Formats: sequence, structure tokens, C-alpha cells
Amino acid sequence: MSTVVEHVTCTFCGCLCDDLTVEAEGTEIRKVRLACSSGQGIFMDYDPRPRQPLVDGREVEWEEAVAEAAAILSASDSPLIYGLSSSASEAQRKAVALADRIGAVIDSTSSVCHGPTGLAMQAVGEPTCTLGEVRDRADLLVFWGCNPDASHLRHFPRFSLTAKGALTPNGRADRTVYVVDVRPTGSSKKADHFLQVDIGTDFEVLTTLRLLVKGLEPSVDIVGGVPVTELKELVERMKSCRYGVAFMGMGLTMASARQLNVAELFTLVAELNEFAKFSVIPMRGHGNVTGADQVLSWTTGYPFAVSFARGYPQFSPGEFSAVDMLARRAADAAVIIASDPGAHFPAAAAAHLERIPTIVLDHGPSVVASHAHVLFPTAAYGVDAAGTAYRMDNVPIPLKSVISTGRVTDEEILDRIIEAVA
Amino acid sequence: MSERLTMVTGRTRKQAIGMHKGKDSPEYREATGLVEMNPEDMARLNIEDGGQVLIRTAEGEVELTAHAGSLPAGLVFVPMGTLVNRLIGTETMGTGMPSFKGQTVDIAPVGEREGSS
Repeated sequence: MSTVVEHVTCTFCGCLCDDLTVEAEGTEIRKVRLACSSGQGIFMDYDPRPRQPLVDGREVEWEEAVAEAAAILSASDSPLIYGLSSSASEAQRKAVALADRIGAVIDSTSSVCHGPTGLAMQAVGEPTCTLGEVRDRADLLVFWGCNPDASHLRHFPRFSLTAKGALTPNGRADRTVYVVDVRPTGSSKKADHFLQVDIGTDFEVLTTLRLLVKGLEPSVDIVGGVPVTELKELVERMKSCRYGVAFMGMGLTMASARQLNVAELFTLVAELNEFAKFSVIPMRGHGNVTGADQVLSWTTGYPFAVSFARGYPQFSPGEFSAVDMLARRAADAAVIIASDPGAHFPAAAAAHLERIPTIVLDHGPSVVASHAHVLFPTAAYGVDAAGTAYRMDNVPIPLKSVISTGRVTDEEILDRIIEAVA
Repeated sequence: MSERLTMVTGRTRKQAIGMHKGKDSPEYREATGLVEMNPEDMARLNIEDGGQVLIRTAEGEVELTAHAGSLPAGLVFVPMGTLVNRLIGTETMGTGMPSFKGQTVDIAPVGEREGSS
């Protein structure tokens, strides 16, 4: 049977583009319209065939897999639950409930993404807005340490660079665009101004911008490789714009100073509001990494790196964050949900996942799934399961099921594991 | 001849496409098995465009294909993935975040394994 589903949401990145059309024949997806090259694979490379769970590589019935997972977690003194960001918020809530039940540490891919952004937000607040406001109002855009041209391919046309809105009817012509980065990128080539900063100097450059906003004069001519005259020009544009928005990415969170870089940018943005309307939006990567932060914050008070080991939530990045837990060999079992730390963690941290029993929930193959002790092949939210995800601007977006495969969701499996360990 | 440079990792379009094909797919291996370098750095180190280089840190070493790119001198870019993560340490400075950007690396054409100059 042929089906055409409109207004479908893509879960690849934090843009959560919800204007796709998907054509399918039975469970085979034939065509996806409007998805970018990164999002196409979410649908076109999806293998919809139902599969049985595996225990140590052997196909088993669901009951046996659930019982095995429960046995591993019941025997564990220090379980780690990690991932969440390619799952739906309904399942993320269940993961927190499981962590609470078994006294686990729970962490999401935020800790290797915008975890430092969360720390900055806790320290100085986050003056932010929605992407709709950016599209409709922003006449000055500053992309700092991010490259949407490679990571968020429809951000420019849908929300920012070329998007046309109520007060920006001419799109690109109505905006001035800066890119600040350590190297020229596809994004910098599309900007009006590119400020190339020396790696590791973002904090100094941001501090200088704050100083200039206050009308003070730096005692040097160049900061972080950027002439102060160019920083002065940027500050004048920032103070005189109608609606400015800064977007920031891993160039700030992964470089030295991490959360201090982000806090400096957030503070600069807050201070600019004495002169003009100005906001900042973190460029969130995974489709629902923002939802992981939201759900963990609602339920525990903290956005990531939370331990229930003492029976109540404790927050300690560097201690309860997954890379640190694994590097210290502090976890003796792990539940990995819809992510692949086997591929995306430093090898020495990923190696510990091969020493301890792992329970993996994923809709496709991954490095960590390849050596899972218990593997639950799940449905993919937004493809063959419905749910909710949070866009990078914290707006919840519904995910549709565009094909019916009968595959089991993360939420259902987590429910059954919670029952089994009770 | 090897030299100490600074590495940043990050997303590329081809890395994203390859990830959907599978991390054991030719597309993923090709997309993540490269390093972009400043052309003058490459010339100084006798690294040809398309040639193999050995990159080492205290964590490990990998061989990648070098390509000339728009990088400032002293900086190299490697797409995120399983290969480059062999070079990244686990120190997070109390944040949970490893140094995926700003890691110091030793780079030499393949076949030259002497210490850094």
C-alpha cells in the first residue's frame, strides 16, 4: 500500500525540520522531500525489518532479553545509563525512572556536546529566544564556533541566514552576518564578515567585546589574532541592530575554557540588551538532545551527569559524566539508549564498555551495539514510532510514525525492564 | 620529519551521510579517514595532497589521508569519528567534555616515525 505522509519531522539535528514529505510503499520508504543530505539517511537508510533481541549474539524472545537485562542491572553496584538524544522525550522520562529505581548514574550526549553550555546557563543565565523570532526579526546574526553549513544544513534557509520573515521580507538582504571561528568554513564563506580567532582565545576575544560594549579601550591592538578595529566594528553593529542573535557551538564548548567561553558569550549577550534586543541560541546537535536536558531538568533538577546512587539526584560533571565514569572504570554495567559512545567517545573511555555488561537499545547497527550483551532492536522515533522531541530553541515538536513495522519502542522496553527489576 | 600541530575535530556533510550507511561502510571510512591541513605546513613536512600521514598523541596513533585545506598554519582538522577518537584523551577538566578541539598532535608522513622535532 502506498502512503504519503506530510509535515514529517526529521530527527537528525536540533533543527527538527518538520516540513518533510515521506512516500512509502508498505514499510519501504521510497522518497523523502525537503530533507537535507544529513537527514535523508534517517529515512532512506532505515532497515524496517523486525528483528529479535540478542543476548550475547544469540536471538532470544523478548521476555528472555528483558530478564537478562534485569539480572545484569540487579547485580550491578554502579550502573550507568547513557545516550537518550536520539530517543523521544517519552522514553527519556522512562530512562530517568529506571535510573531512580536502580540507583544509576544517568547522562546524555549533552556531556560531549553542550554540557558546558548547561554549566554556563546555570552560572549566568541564558538570554534566549525561539527560531521563529530569529526568522521574523533578526537583522544581525553572529555564528560563533559553529558551522551550520556542515552540521545543520537547513538552519540557514529555514531560520536564519536567508529565511524570510515578517520584519525580514528580503531574507538575506535584510541581515548582516558574522562568523567567528578558528578556520574558514562553508558558513564563513556565506557571511558578510569572518573573524578568524586563534584557537583557545575565544574567551579573550569575548571579554574584549564586553569591554568595548562598556566603552572601555583595550591596551592592545590585536586580541586572539583579530584586530581590535574589527571588534569595534562588530560591537557598533551589535549595539545598533534591531534584533541580534548569536548562535554558538562546539568551538566554544570543546575548546579550552569550555563553559567559561560560553558564560562570557551569554554575559555579553545579556549586557547588549542595554542597547538593543539580543539573544543567543546554542546550536544543539542530536535531534532530541535538547529534550534530554529538558526531561532530566524537570525530573531531577539537573540537565546531565546525574547520579541516583544515594537515592536522590546529585549533579557532578567530571564525576557522573559518562566519559569520566568510563575512564575511571567506575561503571560496572551500562544501558546505552539510542547513541553510540563506542564510536564517539575517546577510545580509552569506549574501551571500558567492552569490559562491562552492556544493554543496548538502538534502531540500527552501531559500534556499541556490536558488542552488547543484551541488544534490543527498537523502532526509530520519527520513522516507525511517534513521540516528542525538543528543537534547539526548546520548542517541543511532534514526531510522526511514517511506516508501521510493529517494532518496539525505547519507552516500551524501558517500561518492561523497570517492571522486571522491581 | 614530524611536527607538533593543533587538531580540531568536527562534523562534515560526508561524515553525516557515512554514519547512516554504517560505521563499517566505505562511505564512513572515507569521510572520517582524512585530515585537512594548511598547504604550507604540508610542504614543510613533505606531505603530499592525498598522501598518508601518521598522527600521534599520548593516547594513540592513526594513519589518515592528508588533504590541503583552508586551515591557518599550525592547525589541522579531522572529521569526528572512530579513528580520530583514538587520539583524544579522557581528561574533561571537571566538565564531562574531552578535548575534541585543541588537542596537540604529532604529524609526519607515513614511514617517518622518529620523535617530534
